[in-house]
Amino acid sequence: MRANFIFSEVWIGLRRNLTMTIAVIVTVAIGMALLGIGLMINAQVGSMSSYWSDKVQLSAFLCMKNSPFDACKGRGTVSAQEKVALQKQIESLPQVDRVTFETQEKAYENFKASYSSNSVFLNAVKVEDMPESFRVKLKNPDDYKSVFDALSGAPGVANVVNDQQLLDRFFGLMNRLRSAALVVALIQVFAAILLIGNTVRLSAYNRRRETGIMRLVGASNLYIQLPFVMEGTIAGLVGGVISAVLLMFAKIVIFDSMQKFFALATQLTWSDVAQVITLTTVVGVLICILASFVTLRRYLRV
Amino acid sequence: MADAATSATVLTPRLACRDAPVIHFDNVTKVYVNQNRPALDHVSVDVDKGEFVFLVGPSGSGKSTFLRLVLKEERPNSGAIHVAGKDLARLSNFKVPHLRRRIGCVFQDFRLLPNKNVYENVAFALEVIGKPRRFIRKVVPEVVELVGLEGKAHRMPDELSGGEQQRVAMARAFVNRPMILLADEPTGNIDPATSIGIMKVLDRINRTGTTVVMATHDAAIVDSMRKRVVELEDGKIVRDQSRGVYGQAY
Repeated sequence: MRANFIFSEVWIGLRRNLTMTIAVIVTVAIGMALLGIGLMINAQVGSMSSYWSDKVQLSAFLCMKNSPFDACKGRGTVSAQEKVALQKQIESLPQVDRVTFETQEKAYENFKASYSSNSVFLNAVKVEDMPESFRVKLKNPDDYKSVFDALSGAPGVANVVNDQQLLDRFFGLMNRLRSAALVVALIQVFAAILLIGNTVRLSAYNRRRETGIMRLVGASNLYIQLPFVMEGTIAGLVGGVISAVLLMFAKIVIFDSMQKFFALATQLTWSDVAQVITLTTVVGVLICILASFVTLRRYLRV
Repeated sequence: MADAATSATVLTPRLACRDAPVIHFDNVTKVYVNQNRPALDHVSVDVDKGEFVFLVGPSGSGKSTFLRLVLKEERPNSGAIHVAGKDLARLSNFKVPHLRRRIGCVFQDFRLLPNKNVYENVAFALEVIGKPRRFIRKVVPEVVELVGLEGKAHRMPDELSGGEQQRVAMARAFVNRPMILLADEPTGNIDPATSIGIMKVLDRINRTGTTVVMATHDAAIVDSMRKRVVELEDGKIVRDQSRGVYGQAY
């Protein structure tokens, strides 16, 4: 096998079909980037659900001065007695595992921790703005309904938030985004296959003299087909590299900033991104190789 | 015809030994798809090592089909073909390239690569079968000289006359020292004076021990060479004559 002979043939082929090659590269890059984004959303949701699975709780926020909630209309901050009574009431519920009280200071600390990267938001909020709350850990997170109802009506409670609902809403959004990304990725892959087919067909037509002579003088099938398949592979590889760059960009711009806006989000690690990039590049190159081989069988008699 | 076929069948074991013909057709019939008339009709013929054979006959008589069958570009509908000691029916597609390395081909339309010069065109045949570069550098100039193109190795095909282009094609066909050289109307696009030069090269190649099978319409050439003549008509062999001439049957 003479590598430089094959490579010079590949180079000639790529140059001759430059526009088609660029079309293949762009299509593969976009398709694989979207596939990768889908996979990254998957990784994000996976890491979040495992992070939150043992932390999900109900939060009963208490009334304070100028509280906008209906339950607090016509009354000021909750009194100390009311807090004690509430804590007793919550502890008496059979579904409750344990309950903790979160002071304004503690709430502010938590807030600072989750929004550390968003300084504008952070500067606008003061300790006095933070509501006090009871954090209720349930024995079984699915039993939240009765506890939720009991707490909602209790005096001094402004509103009750089920973390699970917040998470579910967020996961729902992520899943829809993922589906959209995957659908577009699939369409792009389909387009890429057709484009590669066309490129190989053009290439085979352009080089029919060469391949005819190669057949005649007894070049092996591999030798005849390899330049075509290499053209597809190189286009796929370049597309894969571009999609890798796009994915790294997406990780920095989209996924990392997600934490600024959703306190719930966990950090997507670079090793997750590396896995996704490897997978998408391999998929992109394999698609190109397969599409080249399939069209070669039709357009290049060996 | 039937006798010939029978005797060939009987002789097969002995033919497998030292004196096996390089091309052996035994009762070969080829019918192309969507055609009623066979292109070759129960053809049996042997070509021995080192022979020079003219394949003559009108267009459509089966000359090209014969050559394509030798190259295993087509398969016969019935009958057996042995080339260079190999039974083509039992030769897997995977091994066909190796068969073709032992067969050189020359055509009426030269089939040179227009973007490569003489040297590169000849070297291409060796490059694509993976020969080492040092070997290519050694043998290509020898073959270019053998066909009479010394000093023109760096010309492009469009700078050469038809006869010279055909010499390049012959150099390419012969550079791998094939056992058999198939020539399909090699003088078809060349004027008679130049054709003589082409025939001299073919004769020179034949003298190196290469079997030459040449399909042609050119009566003058066949008559002047006085080699074996196999005449085909409607897919049948109507004449097989050593030291024959073109027009004897008419």
